Amino acid sequence: MGLLDREFSDGNIVIAKTEDLLNWARLSSLWQLSFGLACCAIEMMATSASHYDFDRFGVIPRPSPRQADIIIISGTVTLKMATRIKRLYEQMPDPKYIISMGSCSNCGGPYWEHGYHVLKGVDRVIPVDVYVPGCPPRPEALLEGLIKLQEKIRHETLRKKTA
Amino acid sequence: MDKLISNDVKTEELVLNMGPQHPSTHGVLRLVVELEGELIVNVKPYIGYLHRCFEKHCEAMTYPQVVPYTDRMDYLASMSNNLGYAIAVERLMGIEVPERVEYIRVIMAELQRIASHLVALGTYGVDIGAFTPFLYCFIAREKILNLFEMTCGARLLYNYIWVGGLSHDIHPDFVRLTKEFIEYFKPKIVELNELLSFNKIFIERTANVGILPLETAVNYGVTGPVLRASGLKWDLRKNDPYSIYHKFDFDIPVGDGRMGTVGDSWDRYFVRVREMEESLKIIEQAIDQIPDGDVKAAIPRRIKPPKGTIYSRTENPKGELGYFIISDGSVNPFRVKVRAPSFVNLAVIGEMSKGHLVADLIAILGSLDIVLGEIDR
Repeated sequence: MGLLDREFSDGNIVIAKTEDLLNWARLSSLWQLSFGLACCAIEMMATSASHYDFDRFGVIPRPSPRQADIIIISGTVTLKMATRIKRLYEQMPDPKYIISMGSCSNCGGPYWEHGYHVLKGVDRVIPVDVYVPGCPPRPEALLEGLIKLQEKIRHETLRKKTA
Repeated sequence: MDKLISNDVKTEELVLNMGPQHPSTHGVLRLVVELEGELIVNVKPYIGYLHRCFEKHCEAMTYPQVVPYTDRMDYLASMSNNLGYAIAVERLMGIEVPERVEYIRVIMAELQRIASHLVALGTYGVDIGAFTPFLYCFIAREKILNLFEMTCGARLLYNYIWVGGLSHDIHPDFVRLTKEFIEYFKPKIVELNELLSFNKIFIERTANVGILPLETAVNYGVTGPVLRASGLKWDLRKNDPYSIYHKFDFDIPVGDGRMGTVGDSWDRYFVRVREMEESLKIIEQAIDQIPDGDVKAAIPRRIKPPKGTIYSRTENPKGELGYFIISDGSVNPFRVKVRAPSFVNLAVIGEMSKGHLVADLIAILGSLDIVLGEIDR
């Protein structure tokens, strides 16, 4: 990542681009909104628990959206819940990221055809950064999704995006 | 409780919204709490945030296609949901399943009961403020999930128990590994008791909190560990035996008010701990007797039940899971109605939490062990 390579011999001074430093700090402590929807939330819990240990990636569950950087949409988004999810997203401070976990929140999943109360993909209400496929995805798949998100954050730039 | 507020100070009634995004509602439940100071006057659950149209799907699917959707109702106990549905359709069609299938089904259902209770106990600890037992519970749960994964390839939603049989036979190593798990898990229950059940702080938070008298429980139609904690020995595995449960010797633990009053939150918690021991007993008896046979032998080529209706109920980890199926003689069920245990158990929360402190509401809700996927369906 080039951040710690350019270190002077006495070890007290590190030269890095502000961008790199900010990105490095952001991607290493992604605080997650502890928010579960359905079956995938159980796999998300299993990912946070002993075997898979989300903590080693700097992911710590926070109960309040005001303190969260990342929201994992883990499960079926119903029409009744969609407005609430949008509000939760809007309450989070910038920069904020979204992982859509599982088929249901990607596209409606098994409820795509007859689910009259199921939103066909959470990306219809909020912008998604990483999609994790599976029904439910294995914890390893969620970890892979998180690593993909970290890669994405690493290449972010401070320059204003042209719309 | 009256000592906590002085009666000459009148406060305004406050309405507090809990959820749908709240870390302790175990999903997307919204509770509207009416408070008088810090005391709860009334609690109203509002549901429907996870309504996934299960019954509508059943109308469009064929009978075997419904099985994966039953998985996703109580997603902590998928095997038990499959089992209930399979038994209902088998009774409707009059299918006799081979002995080997029955044994494997019972073993799977009991392993699932342990896994489901482990999540209930672990997350209950988190609700109260003890994080460590959650991690311990999940270590043991992963071992059960490995057994399931070895059998059918899925960790959470299995689609394993089919109408008339099973999707796969068990792995050659399954029996050995299950025995290893039993040996591993027995001391873990003792460990959990030392860590959480008999912890002074935990008892203070849960004993005498949310007392559910037996009469109220029966009037509300509450089932499962919640009912048994109130003191009634009612378990469908004994009272209305299905599959081959009559062959096994096991007890039905009931609440005895050891730490406070019969039917308090601690009793509901501890009934689950003791049920895990009983489930281990059943698995121990069944694992050595699995007969030979073909697990797919009795699966019908075309599942087309005759005209008629059936109501069939099984004992889920959460309580009585009932399937009411109307068949019009075609390949699609005309209607599948589910009696979900969590839905009925949740209704009693208003009655239980009246007069308690608002902080105790979490302890009461957690002790009910609800799953929103099953409540909203």
